Formats: sequence, C-alpha cells, structure tokens
Amino acid sequence: MLAESLFFTAVLFIIGVVGVLIHRNAIIIFMCVELMLTAVNLTFVAFSRYYGAAGQVFVVFVMTVSAAEAAVGLAIIIAIFRHRQTVDLKNINLLRG
Amino acid sequence: MDPHYPLFYVFHFYLFGVIAVASAVAFVTRRSPVAAALWLVNTMFSLAALYVMLDAQFIGVMQVLVYAGAIMVVFLFVVMLLNLGHPSEIADMRGTWWKLAACAIGLGLLSEILIILRAKLPQQLIVPRDFNEQQLQKLNAVGVIADPLFKDYLLAFELTSVLLLVAIAGAVVLGRSRERAVGAR
Repeated sequence: MLAESLFFTAVLFIIGVVGVLIHRNAIIIFMCVELMLTAVNLTFVAFSRYYGAAGQVFVVFVMTVSAAEAAVGLAIIIAIFRHRQTVDLKNINLLRG
Repeated sequence: MDPHYPLFYVFHFYLFGVIAVASAVAFVTRRSPVAAALWLVNTMFSLAALYVMLDAQFIGVMQVLVYAGAIMVVFLFVVMLLNLGHPSEIADMRGTWWKLAACAIGLGLLSEILIILRAKLPQQLIVPRDFNEQQLQKLNAVGVIADPLFKDYLLAFELTSVLLLVAIAGAVVLGRSRERAVGAR
C-alpha cells in the first residue's frame, strides 16, 4: 500500500497547491495550506509502516505546527479585516513592488 | 516489498483514497468558505480512515479530533466572525487564464513528484515485517507513539510546547482591537 499512499499524497498536495493559486479568498487559501500539511502526514504514516513508529511521532509534530499556524494566521486575517474590511487578496497588496 | 493484502482491504483503501481526492477537488472549486470548509472536513475524515488502515490508529483519532474537530471549527468561527456569508463578501476566484496556468503548474509539479517517488528506498533501514506488530502488542496503540516521543524526541516535544505558547501569545496580541491597545498604554 506504500505506492498507493504516496500517489494519494502527491495528488492531494497538488490539489492544495492549485487551490492556493486559483483562490483570492485568504481564508480558503489558509485551508489549502492545511490540506497540503495533511497530505504530507499520509506519507509519514505510510513510511512509518516500513521504517518504524518515528514517522508517527513526526505526524504529531506536524499537527502541532499546523494548529499554531492556523491560530496565528487567522489572527492576522482578522487584523487585516479590521483595517481593510475585506479578505480578498486583490485589495491586500501593500507589499507588492 | 508489500505483503499480500486481501481484496477487501485493498478495495476500502482505494475507496477512502478516492473519496479524499474527490472531496479535495470539490473543496478547491467552492467559492463559499463554509462549503469549502465542510468538504475539507470530509477529506480529513477519509484521511483518518486511511491512517487507521495503515496501522496508525492513534494518529487517525488525532486527525479527527485536532484537524476536523478543532482546526476546522476555528476556521468556521472566523468565517462567522467576519460575516463572510453574503455573496458580496465572498471573494471571486481568479480569471480563466490564471486557472489554466495554475492547473499547468499543478500538473508539472505532480509529474515531478511522481518521478521523485520512483527513487529507490533504502532497504537496509526497513524494520522486520512483524516488528511493528510486536511493538503494537507490547506497547498498545498510544504507547507506540508515546515511547519514542518521550524518550528519543523529548527535546523536540518540549520545544513544541514553547512554539504553542508563542502562537497563543501572538494570536492574542494580533487579535486585540486597536482602541483597547491604545487605552492600555
């Protein structure tokens, strides 16, 4: 089942990448990032079957990091919304050169 | 390398994988954040099923509790707070050309990853086939993760708690409203 797991991981990760590229809603873009992180977890779990349980420990770390990232990212989105009244990336271009 | 799996197992593995991919496609094509979040929850549940089938029962439970239960609820709370349900508030997707370019980039990356996956795996590191089952018998499902987590990766585990503390402090500081921050000074 290793090959199948890796294939599903690749497809889910690429769907996340495409979602980041085609959306302009900051919240949906954050959800796409979460999808990419979760897809990578599947690789860790699939390999942990062959290389011991350390892969599953890394999944716990990835989950922690993604929880922290979601908390900080959503706080940033709320702060931006308070200033600009929008989450559309079209209107959030302060750093564009 | 793979042992022989019964057809029942293989069928359900593919079933949950296809459900996960289909839900992910439905997720990226939604415009409404709420609909997108619910499709993403569906993807997370299918992935949890895959984890359980891959002998990672505790990770499957964590997936349901942390991702589907906590993180997605936080996303939905933010959608509710910002009141993004109105059609005028929902941001458009990008134009057709941009979408086609994104799909082309996605296909390029996908083929690249699939080529990388053909690399040869280090055979000498592979544990014996019954090793994981013996560990599972000896330490049960939680102990398999807790044992290396609190012995080999203790420092990383402690640093994770610092990371969470920083994230909480950062979220509180960022989420504070401006007037109150000025008044506090």
